[in-house]
Amino acid sequence: MSDTIISLQGVTKEFETKSGKVVALKDINLDIKAGDAYGIIGLSGAGKSTLVRTINLLETPTEGKVIFDGENLMSLKQSELNQKRHKISMIFQQFNLLMQRDAIGNVCFPLELAGVPKKEAEAKAMELLKVVDLEERAHSYPSQLSGGQKQRVAIARALASDPEVILCDEATSALDPKTTRAILALLKKINEERGITLVVITHEMDVIKQICKDVAIIESGEIVEKGDVQEIFAHPKTPAAKKLFFPDGQKELTGKTSTKSRLRLVFDGKDAHKPIISRMIMELKAPVNFLYADMDVVDGVQKGTMVICLSDDPEIAEKQRAFLIKEDVVFTELEVEGEVE
Amino acid sequence: METSQLIGLLGEGLVQTLYMTLVATFVSYVIGLPIGVSLIVTSSNGIKPVGWYNKIMGFIVNVVRSVPFLILMIALMPYIRKIIGTGIGTSATTAALIVAAAPFVARMVEQSLLEVDAGVIEAAQSMGASNMQIIRKVMLLEARPSLLNGAAVATITILGYSAMAGSIGGGGLGDIAIRYGLYRFQPAIMWITVIVLVILVQIMQEIGLKIAAKLDNRIN
Ligand SMILES: Nc1ncnc2c1ncn2[C@@H]1O[C@H](COP(=O)(O)OP(=O)(O)O)[C@@H](O)[C@H]1O
Ligand SMILES: [Mg+2]
Repeated sequence: MSDTIISLQGVTKEFETKSGKVVALKDINLDIKAGDAYGIIGLSGAGKSTLVRTINLLETPTEGKVIFDGENLMSLKQSELNQKRHKISMIFQQFNLLMQRDAIGNVCFPLELAGVPKKEAEAKAMELLKVVDLEERAHSYPSQLSGGQKQRVAIARALASDPEVILCDEATSALDPKTTRAILALLKKINEERGITLVVITHEMDVIKQICKDVAIIESGEIVEKGDVQEIFAHPKTPAAKKLFFPDGQKELTGKTSTKSRLRLVFDGKDAHKPIISRMIMELKAPVNFLYADMDVVDGVQKGTMVICLSDDPEIAEKQRAFLIKEDVVFTELEVEGEVE
Repeated sequence: METSQLIGLLGEGLVQTLYMTLVATFVSYVIGLPIGVSLIVTSSNGIKPVGWYNKIMGFIVNVVRSVPFLILMIALMPYIRKIIGTGIGTSATTAALIVAAAPFVARMVEQSLLEVDAGVIEAAQSMGASNMQIIRKVMLLEARPSLLNGAAVATITILGYSAMAGSIGGGGLGDIAIRYGLYRFQPAIMWITVIVLVILVQIMQEIGLKIAAKLDNRIN
């Protein structure tokens, strides 16, 4: 059921430039399961685009293997690779539509490449334009469409060849927040309803939160952390992950409360709908201080972290801890700097 | 000279000029278009880089382009005479025009294709398009407005060359202007041919721009 559809094995990519060798990817190992929505997040220049472009060999790795559906793409002839590429669609930040073709002409393009008869191609393209809610703009040219509409055309075009995978390289980075949400919702629907694997490249945490199940964090050409989004969100291990998940940091949490115990609570979705903290306050009749909260909706459930300060009465603090343990809340004790007493 | 004679003379010149210009432009495109495409395709960031070909072809194109047309024509005359039997007249001029214009057309085509968005080409590659499909269905179509504008410029340039060829017996309106204006000192006839040439250029320019704009789907 959870077959690996894409497997990068020891992929390294070096670019020769005038100013010397640039190592864009270092020994990347990545397995992506069929039907997954896999996010790859990192800062600008981290190597995300290079990484995603090795999956369809727009970029040939200097070393390593790219396996798609159990086949090493690097051992294929160009014509065979072109056939495989029908199964790996791609959408781009700048949409990359043909400016001289109308919307339906753009969606027909991959079908034309595959030699599908014109009538048949047009019928299918029209169906796909319906899927992306643009059938009434079928005969508009890209210059007459908004960014969001252009990306919808690009998504319809990506679907035309009945792909197994859609690679999205910063597909929403040129769009406003509202359009971004709509496009991500569309991609999520495509992933869920058609079972098409998504590989989502982004520098924005929100994109990962909204549609990905798994995520890899890439930094300076290396994958520093990877796994289930919720898991990594709940327990980020590396500094890179922490920085991405908690960009504001928690350094500001110092000050007068320094002698009290501070806990970082992680809500991974199960209990967030229950007002645990307020029940704790009611039941134990002792206050807690909220120092920091970053709650969010990930994959439809409430999750996030919260830092609270327990009662300064150690006895009550102990009860508060016991309460949290009983309620299955994941927490960690935070070190308190400058403890005097 | 009688008016009817003059009209006959100009008519004949006009037909010869149009013939030389259009045939030379057409054949220059038959030769220059593939060369222009090949220069783009084989360049270092093209879809199929071939360094040695790109360097050699680029060099040949530049050499031919840097020779002034009249000198090129005179230099080619003996060879043209050998091949087509005559060194003067419309056929010889047309042959020389093709040699001079084909490299010019190649560069014009190259410029136009350079404007095609690399992202769109990459998108086509990601869809499994072959290089031939990319050239035919992406590069040439996306660059169509620019190519048509270029064709108008090329036609006008070739028209200018053909008029120059008149000075060495090349036929057409340029020939008439030189013969009557210079050798027989009938400036009126010369000026009339000049006006006809100017009108011809205007018409070509207009037609070129109109077609290019009409076939450009970026602005409606
Ligand atoms: N064609 C190229 N030639 C040279 N260096 C490149 C090329 N493509 C990418 N790079 C370099 O590789 C690194 C990663 O780039 P990229 O994958 O585009 O990062 P991201 O998409 O994460 O912003 C950067 O340092 C970039 O300059
Ligand atoms: Mg990028």
